[in-house]
Amino acid sequence: MSAPILKVDGLKKAYGAIQAVGGVSFEVMPGEIFGVIGPNGSGKTTLFNSMLGQIQPDEGSIELNGRDVSKCGPLELSRRGVGRTFQTLQVFSKMTVRDNLIVAAQEHQGTMLSRMFAPSDSGLGDKADALIKRFRIEHVAQLKAGTLSYGQQKLVDIAMAFMSEPDLVLLDEPCAGVNPSLVGGISALLKDLNQNPHHGKKSSFVVIEHNMDFVMDLCHRIMVMVEGQVLAVGTPAEIRGNKAVLEAYLGA
Amino acid sequence: MSKRNIFLGVIFAAMVLCLPPFLKNYGVYMFSTWLIYVIATMGLNLTVGYAGQKSLGHAAFFGIGAYTVAIMMKAGISWWLGLPTAVVLCFVLGLVLGFPALRVQTIYLAFATLGFNTAVFLVMRNEEWLTGGTFGLNGIPRPAIFGFDLKGQAGSVMHLFGVEFPLAKDLAFYYFVLAATAIATALLWGLLRSPWGKAFQALRDNPIRAESLGIDTRNYTLLSFAIGAVYAGVAGALFASLVDFIEPAPFAVGASIMMYLMVVVGGAGYFLGPLVGALIGMLIPEWIRDVAPSLANWYLPIFGATVVVMMVWLPDGLMSIPDRIRAKRDSRLASAKRAEATSEIAAIAAQSEGVAQ
Repeated sequence: MSAPILKVDGLKKAYGAIQAVGGVSFEVMPGEIFGVIGPNGSGKTTLFNSMLGQIQPDEGSIELNGRDVSKCGPLELSRRGVGRTFQTLQVFSKMTVRDNLIVAAQEHQGTMLSRMFAPSDSGLGDKADALIKRFRIEHVAQLKAGTLSYGQQKLVDIAMAFMSEPDLVLLDEPCAGVNPSLVGGISALLKDLNQNPHHGKKSSFVVIEHNMDFVMDLCHRIMVMVEGQVLAVGTPAEIRGNKAVLEAYLGA
Repeated sequence: MSKRNIFLGVIFAAMVLCLPPFLKNYGVYMFSTWLIYVIATMGLNLTVGYAGQKSLGHAAFFGIGAYTVAIMMKAGISWWLGLPTAVVLCFVLGLVLGFPALRVQTIYLAFATLGFNTAVFLVMRNEEWLTGGTFGLNGIPRPAIFGFDLKGQAGSVMHLFGVEFPLAKDLAFYYFVLAATAIATALLWGLLRSPWGKAFQALRDNPIRAESLGIDTRNYTLLSFAIGAVYAGVAGALFASLVDFIEPAPFAVGASIMMYLMVVVGGAGYFLGPLVGALIGMLIPEWIRDVAPSLANWYLPIFGATVVVMMVWLPDGLMSIPDRIRAKRDSRLASAKRAEATSEIAAIAAQSEGVAQ
């Protein structure tokens, strides 16, 4: 058994008297797609923000490839190989789609000084084109990202997270606001990226999502959170058959 | 480089190279001032247009460059030592001014930079021992280049097609300013087409996303201020030598606001925007003041009203016009296609209905 990519141990975060996350531990293995689900207010977002360096956890540790990253901010996490997507649209709206992808990885090579003299596309043009093709957005590659439809911008946002060959990609509600007909496409795309990475190395994914069908279809393992605690962790089949989950999550 | 930029570049090059020998001294002087403002606003365009940092303190750096060179030259130090001193000083102070931008943005940042400009202005006005106060500093000499004094001489002539043209006294310095503008433009062009250009734009469009992609927004924010300030400093150094007398007024907050307007009117984030912006904000009004003084009083109100209208109809500036035309054409083509597709679908639907009946 290989070492986990991500190891979260005893993570706690409180806002005043409210314990948003109360001691959560889990591991994500290399190449795994790990889903996090739970009703509103269950602490998913707080957990996610801690992993992304947006907030400082009160207690517990977050290890990436065996190194503690619980004190790292977003910039440092990106440098250490964490890619992410956003729940709301976060593309560079006045830049072309292709430039969006190039700028998503350019800072991962060389130094600031060397980048001043690097070619305009930082040598990332082919890689960007390959990913553009894979995401089937060739026809809009030269358009400004802000002029694209919501679904297309969502695809650009996801593609950007993969440009820098991250070890771990955190996907924050990849289906939020997406046309239902596109949800299946995103699922297939993510599965394909997980199976056949566009670079040699496999990435692990952590997905937060409300769309249950999507999570069940995509993830290898799922963690269910309720009131800041882990209720259950298991394969989609196990989760589906778990009575406690059904009760807590569906109120059944 | 887009076709539009090449086209404009060629027209511009022809104009700035060939026109001034035929102008009177005042015209040459105005052209020089215009180019100096182009250098200054190119720097502001980097800070505001590319990196998205709303700065209303640019004229302060313009002034710092001018006073640095003036004070040093009055002390008998060469312009060629004054220039690098002004550059370093502006770079360092630009970095310092960048720090508020790490904490506040938009209108709050604009106020912070405005405060900086006011402080610098007060130093220029009140510290008479250093700056001469409101009386300013006069008798600032022009530099020499390769032993050639750019002071210029009255009375030179040029022969063209057997016709004699008197040459303006300031022509030599004009070509010096032109060369400086060319170098400054080329350097900025190189910087903006390097990965730095994309990083600045990423910072402008979405700093949070940029940071999550490993873009050091802190460094790029500070450098956008520092490099922009250097451009203003170089422009100021040239300005002091051109006008030979400086006082605090051209470096007041009002001048910063005017420079900001030049960037916005030309097109913030368009490489050649400052060229057009400084033309409209500086060269044309001065020219009108010269040829039709009675109209000159009307220029500023008309300019102001035009800016108001422009912000409503053309918020991205004059250089965005071709983009807008293209976008309109694209959307017209797209809706034509959609209409065609809809009518086809309707036809198919009608046909299948017919079959069903």
